[in-house]
Amino acid sequence: MLSYAVRRLLEAIPTLLVIVALSFFLMHSAPGGPFDSERVLPPEIEANLKAAYNLDKPVWQQFLIYLGNALQGDFGPSFTYKDFTVSELIGTGFPVSIRLGLTAIILAVCIGCTLGVIAAMRQNTSTDYTVMGFSMVGITIPNFVMAPLLTLVFGIYLGWLPVAGWGGGAINHMILPVVALALPQIAIISRLTRGGMVEVLRSNFVRTAHAKGLPERLIIWRHTLRAALLPVVSYLGPAIAGLVTGSVVIEQIFGLPGIGRYFIQGAINRDYTLVMGTVITYGTLIVMMNLLVDLVYGLLDPRVRYD
Amino acid sequence: MVQDITGGRARSELIAKAGEEVQGRSLWDDARRRLFANKMAVASMIVLGFIALLALFAPWLSPHDYDAVYWEAIGIPPTLENSHWFGTDANGRDLFVRTLYGARVSLMVGIVTTLVALIIGVTYGAIAGYFGGRVDAVMMRIVDVLYSMPTMFFIIILVVVFGRHIVLVFIAIGCVEWLTMARIVRGQTLSVKRKEYIEAARAAGVGIGAIIRRHIIPNVIGPVIVFMTLLVPAVILLESFLSFLGLGVQEPMTSWGVLISEGAQQMENAPWMLIFPAIFLAVTLFCFNFIGDGLRDALDPKDR
Repeated sequence: MLSYAVRRLLEAIPTLLVIVALSFFLMHSAPGGPFDSERVLPPEIEANLKAAYNLDKPVWQQFLIYLGNALQGDFGPSFTYKDFTVSELIGTGFPVSIRLGLTAIILAVCIGCTLGVIAAMRQNTSTDYTVMGFSMVGITIPNFVMAPLLTLVFGIYLGWLPVAGWGGGAINHMILPVVALALPQIAIISRLTRGGMVEVLRSNFVRTAHAKGLPERLIIWRHTLRAALLPVVSYLGPAIAGLVTGSVVIEQIFGLPGIGRYFIQGAINRDYTLVMGTVITYGTLIVMMNLLVDLVYGLLDPRVRYD
Repeated sequence: MVQDITGGRARSELIAKAGEEVQGRSLWDDARRRLFANKMAVASMIVLGFIALLALFAPWLSPHDYDAVYWEAIGIPPTLENSHWFGTDANGRDLFVRTLYGARVSLMVGIVTTLVALIIGVTYGAIAGYFGGRVDAVMMRIVDVLYSMPTMFFIIILVVVFGRHIVLVFIAIGCVEWLTMARIVRGQTLSVKRKEYIEAARAAGVGIGAIIRRHIIPNVIGPVIVFMTLLVPAVILLESFLSFLGLGVQEPMTSWGVLISEGAQQMENAPWMLIFPAIFLAVTLFCFNFIGDGLRDALDPKDR
């Protein structure tokens, strides 16, 4: 188990390296530099600026310097948010994004699994069809459509919830973004749970449990759910990636001060250091989460052996 | 002699008739039959066809141009007057014709990009699967590494680096979306390449390129088609996502993502600006998903 974890951790390193290298070299192959402007700088000043940012060195040296700094959590200065380093910006945005994402994933797993179990227990009844119909809607309608629609209904027409802003993390400010972020995942998780439950409910060991005269509740909780939720656990990796991507657009729509907004602002303003810093942060997060999910999966499924 | 001829003809007619009665059903006939028995899939195809026709004939369906500004009609709700059927946007442009132009862009992105992904993915997967061994291991390891990366962010980096040109958006998305295709094709190829007819072709001296092109690719095409139908909506979604964030299609050209983004900003006083493009996008995505599901059921050999 431990050696497996260590090996997976080591395998994550090349992936992370590729992420850093790809984003670095792509950014450097872009036409135009950060100091191109309407006003032509005197050559000495430009040379000094370039020296200050190490831009006068060969590209591979710049890469090594960047890599070394990034390992120490230093992603360089931001070109658009003057006076801030990229690390500072990420530092302020990270708690917001993490809080949003964590709440959304917990909500998605709880509601998704509950709905899936209910649908599977009442298979082929109107309850089942309603849940699955809603989940189809949730899967198909993208969150950048869902979020404005939710805002329109609950924020503007009904006036129950604030339309935008973070409000220092107040609960009522979090409801709409979290729901909009979690809805597609709720839809997918409920489908997976239903599928898993339906399959497991038909299996022999559940029939044996019934024959033993175990109460229904116990059969569901102790026997069925554990096997039925395995597909959900293995989906958590992609779910986290989906949430991270979704959070970018949700933060943009609701004007939340998370990393996603810095990422988009950076992308629109061609702020290379900011974009690279956020991409590396996101990439690391996703790779690490996938690792964690794989390990948890191994713990839950005794058939998975670490060799 | 004469008798013999007529007898022969009668027999051949008989054989022909018998042949009609027990006519063999190919895999594709079977699949088609099952697909057309699926009501949701058929309805989706009709709706999608309708949207595609609207998109195709957009310039002739409305008296307005997609970039024409009507100063006297800024942000008016849907009305039959002046044929602003979907109303106008905050700049006084006709929303009906803009939504249809959005459909053009979105459908085109979906199809072109899927083709890019198809070509790269099928070639890559077929080569990896056919050669197997070390070539396969290295090629698939590359796919694994690329796979575990946050694709969305790379598309955005590509867009940032190479500018916000629509063709680049196509290519950027296509370059990222071929990975799953490559995996599917590789898996299929591995199972097909051991078949006798491949061996026969090789024995007959057919070259590797021809074997991949003539024998392997046609035999792995089923799952690929299913994946393609599911990739098109995913790509449309991606493009809308990019455009929504302001990184995709640029003004005055438009796409559903741009329209939804504009609508979201105006939804307090002009909800129709959000609702019409959102409905078009959602319906299109629904249709592709239903057709994809239908195709998967139709082509799944486990059903037989």
